[in-house]
Amino acid sequence: MRYIPHTDEDIREMLQAVGVESVDDLFSEVPSALRLDRPLDLPQPLAEGPLLKELERLAAGNATASSHLSFLGGGAYNHFIPAVVDHLISRSEFYTAYTPYQPEISQGTLQAIFEYQSLICQLTGLDAANASMYDGASACAEAVMMAARATRRRKVLISRALHPEYRQTVASYCRYLRMDLVEVAFGGDGATDPDDLARLIDDETAAVVAGYPNYFGVIEDLAALASVAHGEGALLVAAVAEPIALGLLKSPGELGADIVAGEGQSFGIPLAYGGPYLGFFAARQKAVRSMPGRLVGETVDRDDRRGFVLTLATREQHIRREKATSNICSNEGLCALMAAIYLCLMGKAGIREVAEQNLAKAEYAKGRIAALEGFSLPFAGPTFNEFVVEAAEGAAAVLSRLEERKILGGLALDRHFEEMPKQFLVCVTEQNSREEIDALAEALAGGKR
Amino acid sequence: MKTPGCTGLVLDEKLIFEHSDPGRKGYSLPELDVPKAALPSSLVRDEVSGFPEVSEVDVVRHFTRLSTWNYGVDSGFYPLGSCTMKYNPKVNEVAARLPGLANVHPETPERLCQGALALMYELQGALAEISGFSAVTLQPAAGAHGELTGMLMIRAFHEARGRSRRKVLIPDTAHGTNPATAALCGYEVVPVSSDGVLGADAVAAAMDEDVAALMVTNPNTLGLFESQIREVCDIVHAKGGLVYCDGANLNALMGIARPGDMGLDVMHFNLHKTFSTPHGGGGPGSGPVGVSDELVPFLPVPVVVREGEGFRLEYDRSHSIGRMRAFHGNFGILVRAYAYIRSMGAAGLRHASEMAVLNANYIRARLEGTYHLPYPARSLHEVVFSDRDLQGGCHTLDVAKRLIDYGYHPPTVYFPLVVKGAIMIEPTETESKEILDEFCDAMIAIAGEAAEQPELLHEAPVRTRTRRLDETRAARKPRLKWKG
Repeated sequence: MRYIPHTDEDIREMLQAVGVESVDDLFSEVPSALRLDRPLDLPQPLAEGPLLKELERLAAGNATASSHLSFLGGGAYNHFIPAVVDHLISRSEFYTAYTPYQPEISQGTLQAIFEYQSLICQLTGLDAANASMYDGASACAEAVMMAARATRRRKVLISRALHPEYRQTVASYCRYLRMDLVEVAFGGDGATDPDDLARLIDDETAAVVAGYPNYFGVIEDLAALASVAHGEGALLVAAVAEPIALGLLKSPGELGADIVAGEGQSFGIPLAYGGPYLGFFAARQKAVRSMPGRLVGETVDRDDRRGFVLTLATREQHIRREKATSNICSNEGLCALMAAIYLCLMGKAGIREVAEQNLAKAEYAKGRIAALEGFSLPFAGPTFNEFVVEAAEGAAAVLSRLEERKILGGLALDRHFEEMPKQFLVCVTEQNSREEIDALAEALAGGKR
Repeated sequence: MKTPGCTGLVLDEKLIFEHSDPGRKGYSLPELDVPKAALPSSLVRDEVSGFPEVSEVDVVRHFTRLSTWNYGVDSGFYPLGSCTMKYNPKVNEVAARLPGLANVHPETPERLCQGALALMYELQGALAEISGFSAVTLQPAAGAHGELTGMLMIRAFHEARGRSRRKVLIPDTAHGTNPATAALCGYEVVPVSSDGVLGADAVAAAMDEDVAALMVTNPNTLGLFESQIREVCDIVHAKGGLVYCDGANLNALMGIARPGDMGLDVMHFNLHKTFSTPHGGGGPGSGPVGVSDELVPFLPVPVVVREGEGFRLEYDRSHSIGRMRAFHGNFGILVRAYAYIRSMGAAGLRHASEMAVLNANYIRARLEGTYHLPYPARSLHEVVFSDRDLQGGCHTLDVAKRLIDYGYHPPTVYFPLVVKGAIMIEPTETESKEILDEFCDAMIAIAGEAAEQPELLHEAPVRTRTRRLDETRAARKPRLKWKG
């Protein structure tokens, strides 16, 4: 096997140095009753060429935006990834290293994470960002738990317009922590209903959690939610599943959010059937010691040269054990690096321009679809690059009709919202040309007869 | 003595923000082909203040220079104990980047992503076979995420039987993630002391009907096989508890013995350790979880199931603990692990474990007279020494820093906590005898330096771009972002 360098002679010499007769003798502490007495039942090994053929065969069984016109979003987005991103993360000094426990030989990772943390702070309008979490949904769960710690309260109000898989993840994480998770309804505009929120909130409430934009693509009035939350001493958690929006929208921090938990996949990370992605997480300075996850901080070395280290580790599991702020250990370091590279390339002008293109394309698509007979846009609230469409013939029928024309037209909403059999979620990004949007509209219209 | 350590031209590099020049761009977008649109101005921010303005060349040079300050497995020997820093095969990287795998949207209708589902189904099956468990979920994103998934299943199992148990037993050699995870599941942690290997008597003494589970690592963090594991499991089961296995050290056992056959009920895998996927500077990893029959109903959703010739995602499972993240798992990492298993086959995986154990025992044999070995039992994939016999007022940290000057990544230090001044060395199977000899020569030379020129250790490292960093200062006045 080409990954294992031992020759027979090496093995013989090494066994002799160890003082045993055979490789089997090395396992003398494993009781024979526990030994496997047969070879593992696995397929025969493949050489590199046949292995790639096999994987290409599996890859050919999947649709992508190259085989189909795609308008899928819902927490994972088809954005353009500059070639530079994959080239730089393929430097094996980055991807074959581990957590920077030895800072003197990990300054590359550490400085890059420090820059990533800075970029996330700038985007979210908050003071401190961690080195990453698993994904947007688990980051959202960590935010809820942090809010409960910070306020010493156990009730959390979660908008029903928050990404359903984020809601489900929060529920799994909090299942045995004696938390009281309460859903807040959404209104006719597709945004969190302020009246329902006002009715449910009280001085036991730790946090209010809403998407920004929410699952329906609607831009929540975060300032209003913050004011209600803060009025009762609760924190506002903004969950950002599509952070390209932050190139254009007011930052959650500026609007009063106390914690921002989001999904960074849009920043140069491949769709990869759902992962690995990037949970980003930011909070206010005063709360930094109750934050989950790793943090990189600036310091100096013995010669007074600037350098970076993992810091405030007394929050973490390897020091604090059962009293840690989270059990997280490995995070999504390489994905944080992808995001940092992407955001540096886009820069001040690019993050704005790509956000404006997403908005413009989605607005164009909304206009085309709203003009079609049998289709309407049920929610009036302002949107970014996603919006809900209602089809008189039902969402499932429309989407399967589109699929026959090799168009992935959106996500049916009834899997998560039983009362919405006619609605589906359409996403349009800078990757969708006007021609593609026109094709979608024409295909939608084509089936009305 | 021959060592890989040397010095070369080290390029300095500013923060990316310090390169910024107004008007410079590093991106290209097609011209907008639809009318511009605007949101109400009350929703719109000013520019993202602080964002850099740099060219593509600036970005490429910046991150390339940063990369040269890092040390990875491809740079050299990286014996970081408990982390299994084996070689990361390059064909796996090519596989994960195949457009039909890298560009699949997670909400693609199941009939249009049968290739991805087939790969996941096959990988689940292979991991179940390797571990001896009945079923495997691929959803968790890392080892600790897998632990949380597994422990939530244990709690759900007890709740379903109407039991409210409050305690979890954890040996003193455990990773910190174990107690942190138990606490997240609402359990009280009860430490169990072991004398290197967990004794059935110690477990029997601590076990009662208020204990939900015991969490063990096998082989444990001292690199020792828990030889009484069968008896330990019987004791826990007899009082209605379950046994969780931290699978961080599975690299010692592939094809040799299966955790599922030892009486263990749940185990997480670390695909980034045992199954060769890159550690990425701290992730992404992947932490699938294997379970015994009685825990299958509690698996997180969705579960990949076979239906006739095809595959689908099953969501409707009434006892499930729910979902642990969005979508289906770190698929890109699953592709790499699948490619590894298909490259190695059954004999290859067994050979990997055998050579990993041989390498650790060889290092042990070479260093045993020089460094104190606190536990004499036969080592498996890693070996733990201590700094007890070091002279010149030198400690484990000094050895670690001096190893950097010699050109190596240091071992894991000061863990496990039961060994004072622990030096935990895990060579993995992908290192040759020559490399191990050079490393051992360096370790022996460093012990000699400690006695004769201890300042060499106290001053180390001197060949790196930055010398020892002031961690106290970083924590006292945290500077966590660029302030302009």
